[in-house]
Amino acid sequence: MDETRIFADVKHSHVTFPEGMVLECGTRLKRLDVAYRTYGTLNAEKTNAVLVCHALTGDQYVAETHPVTGRPGWWDLVVGPGRPVDTGRFFVICANVLGGCMGSTGPRSPRDDTDADPPPVWGTDFPPVTIRDMVRAQKRLIDHLGIARVFAVLGGSMGGMQVLQWAADYPDAVFAAVPVAAAAHHSAQNIAFHEVGRQAIFADPDWQGGRYWQDGKTPARGLAVARMCAHITYLSEQALTRKFGRRLQNAPKNPTEAIGLFGDMFEVESYLHHQGSTFVHRFDANSYLTITRAMDYFDLTTDHGGDLATAFRGTRTRFCVVSFTSDWLFPTAESRAIARALNRAAANVSFVEIPSDKGHDAFLLDEPDFHRTLAGFLGGCAEHAGLR
Amino acid sequence: MNDSGPVRFIAKNMRVDLHLIGGMIAPGTRVLDIGCGDGELIEYLYRTKGCDARGIEIDMAEVSRAVGHGLAVMHGDADIDLAHYPDGAFDYVVLSRTLQAVERPREVLRQMLRIGTSAVVSFPNFGHWLVRWQLLRRGRMPLTPTWNRPWYETPNIHPCTIHDFFDLCAREGYDVAQWLAADEAGRRAPWRRYPRLANLFGEQAVVLLRRA
Repeated sequence: MDETRIFADVKHSHVTFPEGMVLECGTRLKRLDVAYRTYGTLNAEKTNAVLVCHALTGDQYVAETHPVTGRPGWWDLVVGPGRPVDTGRFFVICANVLGGCMGSTGPRSPRDDTDADPPPVWGTDFPPVTIRDMVRAQKRLIDHLGIARVFAVLGGSMGGMQVLQWAADYPDAVFAAVPVAAAAHHSAQNIAFHEVGRQAIFADPDWQGGRYWQDGKTPARGLAVARMCAHITYLSEQALTRKFGRRLQNAPKNPTEAIGLFGDMFEVESYLHHQGSTFVHRFDANSYLTITRAMDYFDLTTDHGGDLATAFRGTRTRFCVVSFTSDWLFPTAESRAIARALNRAAANVSFVEIPSDKGHDAFLLDEPDFHRTLAGFLGGCAEHAGLR
Repeated sequence: MNDSGPVRFIAKNMRVDLHLIGGMIAPGTRVLDIGCGDGELIEYLYRTKGCDARGIEIDMAEVSRAVGHGLAVMHGDADIDLAHYPDGAFDYVVLSRTLQAVERPREVLRQMLRIGTSAVVSFPNFGHWLVRWQLLRRGRMPLTPTWNRPWYETPNIHPCTIHDFFDLCAREGYDVAQWLAADEAGRRAPWRRYPRLANLFGEQAVVLLRRA
């Protein structure tokens, strides 16, 4: 894994807000770029917009071939013609999060606080952003598109955090909200896993205190280890057992032959190595640090005086909270806590736990029960919203 | 009935609920249906009466069906989750043929009338003559079309008679605003003015309660 090439620079369609944005930390970004993709057609009344919020390592390429990896969109199964989020009916928008590395302002963007020409990139000096900052950047985009109220905001994992933040901050701009496999705060365990990933990046000599971009390197080994560690948390024990069990690959043909202590011996190891090594071609290490930190900071309950219900008091948004049985990263208990807080706020809430053995990743995978639930919920909401 | 899933009382006869319970609910009101199954009553109230109707259901497969049908239903347990609703959030809280299966019926009733201005409760009547007769004649736990599961596997841990229920309401200070007895098929029994006869011949009762 000595690939040190920074991943391909691709032009992403984006909108620039030259007035910039003041972040929650107080720093002012003088210029704000929001890279985004849309699918389907916005109706004349501008009432059929669905905003999809992506997860930690996701991006705006929801339902089309990814320009860097060449792989299908990450939510191809959910968004598209005839899919639960039917692009024949809805105008789907997805923006790369603030702090990301797919065209929105982030650590890879040029600094705006220097006279140097050309300005160096932010790198680790990029100001800390929060989930709320990400949502405010998306709100700019929605305003820019002339949409007063989005029909639905949905997303899984960190995307679900953004959904909750949207519903809390802009209740009148959200008709329906679908937080999937999410939580109102990042748990100590989740923060701990993130910290392992960050330390792996810091420990890579190529990271160079975050200034790896200066000589065109990337801390590929550290970032890959961070991804491997995180990837384990996205799966369940059952899923790993089903996929790999204890199967060996490259096992010695002769049983008496000494086996090496290291190397890809178990299939699960080789799978993780693959996950790690492909990740570094599409993700920036400093973005990874920035975004994991934003997730760690997220605590909607504390932001609202210790009672999550306060965040949603008086809301007219219709909620559908979804969790998966085998998800131990964002377990059902977290979703149930959200649903109960919404109950306390007398909100209109549906709450479903989908049986699945695929762990946290289930929200990205082929889960017919989830897709049926989502389609039905959106259909019901469309009826209430008077959408044709 | 799925063996691994939670045990329900009986397959609900929705026609009964739609007509008897639906008949007690005013149009355009906010309704919470506890143990709503696949949400048929909710849908009925929304479609025919323009109610803002929502539900709680303990069986996840039913919840999934209801939400997949566009209804506002959440997975939850009447014994636990009612505590999370604010006072007076609903005009009616409905509990259809579930009271006898909850852990703490008195607490569930108290929560219902805290969350809602009114409560609509339907329950199978353990005072029905056939139940009494079977117990008297055979000395064994009754098995009737209504009480149709053996004692060792019935989820109905708190059966009561119509008298018992009225007694509890009086003790808790709830107003019985309206009530009726019906047979299993939902035909109203003509015992409205004769509670003793209703308690003997009614297979189930539907009661509209208000906070006194």
